[in-house]
Amino acid sequence: MNVVINGQHSAVPDGITVATLLELNDLAERACAVEINRTLVPKRDHDSRVIEDGDAIELVTLVGGG
Amino acid sequence: MTTETMEPGISTLTVGSRTLSSRLIVGTGKYADFNVMRQALDASGAHAITVAVRRERLYNDQGESLLDHIDLDRYTILPNTAGCFEADDAIRVARLGRELLEQLGNPGASWVKLEVLADKKTLLPDPVGTLEACRELVADGFEVLCYTSDDPVMASRLKAAGATSVMPAGSPIGSGQGLLNRNNIAIILETLKDGDPDYPVIVDAGVGCASDVTIAMETGADGVLLNTGIAHAKDPVMMAHAMRHACSSGRQSCLSGRIPRKLYATASSPWEGTISYIPGE
Repeated sequence: MNVVINGQHSAVPDGITVATLLELNDLAERACAVEINRTLVPKRDHDSRVIEDGDAIELVTLVGGG
Repeated sequence: MTTETMEPGISTLTVGSRTLSSRLIVGTGKYADFNVMRQALDASGAHAITVAVRRERLYNDQGESLLDHIDLDRYTILPNTAGCFEADDAIRVARLGRELLEQLGNPGASWVKLEVLADKKTLLPDPVGTLEACRELVADGFEVLCYTSDDPVMASRLKAAGATSVMPAGSPIGSGQGLLNRNNIAIILETLKDGDPDYPVIVDAGVGCASDVTIAMETGADGVLLNTGIAHAKDPVMMAHAMRHACSSGRQSCLSGRIPRKLYATASSPWEGTISYIPGE
């Protein structure tokens, strides 16, 4: 299925969870916050939240800032 | 405990649920490399440091991560909403920042440095968006440290909206112009602390050099937040030392009470017993 991850179109396996998406992107062990369709998906829901076709996903972390 | 903290007048700063050992809050952006950043943070003596929330770089070389170079047990991380021009976006970013800091187990998770900006050129705050986002985030349980202009009326509105700390800009972000309107900062301090003397007002943005920090603290600010003034100095680590001392100096100078300004001179040495000719006598 097709989704948008961090503003870029991307194909991901059907029916995967947020947790699986993070694993596929080598982010499972890192601090990473997830938003789907402009709504936060807290870490406690990563295993259960299933990604759907057309979802707009943001995967964010902390960077230097003032 | 360092010698610094034992000096008179140098006390902790409480902002909402957190008490900081330093009144200087510094940013982590714009450093040439993480090694210099780490040394500068250390030299600044800061207890709280600011960070930004950004997309993971999924399609590029990920390189080093900021989080690999920050001691999360030492610093309280203050996530900002920099780069947001709409209240809704700032609220989203604040929630993402909280989620990240909860994952990391850092006490800064309850905090957000709220910025809702008007445009990229001035980086001035959008007062309407800032107030709207502040209300929403306070309702969502955040302790909002709110970046704003030096407008005393806006500062009062933000405090009334529940901001944990109001943080007026000395001058535009990264401009290095220092405090352009010290009178407004003084009015903000007087207004927000009226009947609430411990309410924290932190001068945020525009610091170019150590004396700017001292002036802010001498004016009565509870703290100063800065980034570029250290990160873009020719020697960021030495400037971080200077900023730390400047913050302490300004605090002590404020508390100890300056002498009144006078138009004419007042001799420090006694006139009595002088052997010389004195004009007019």
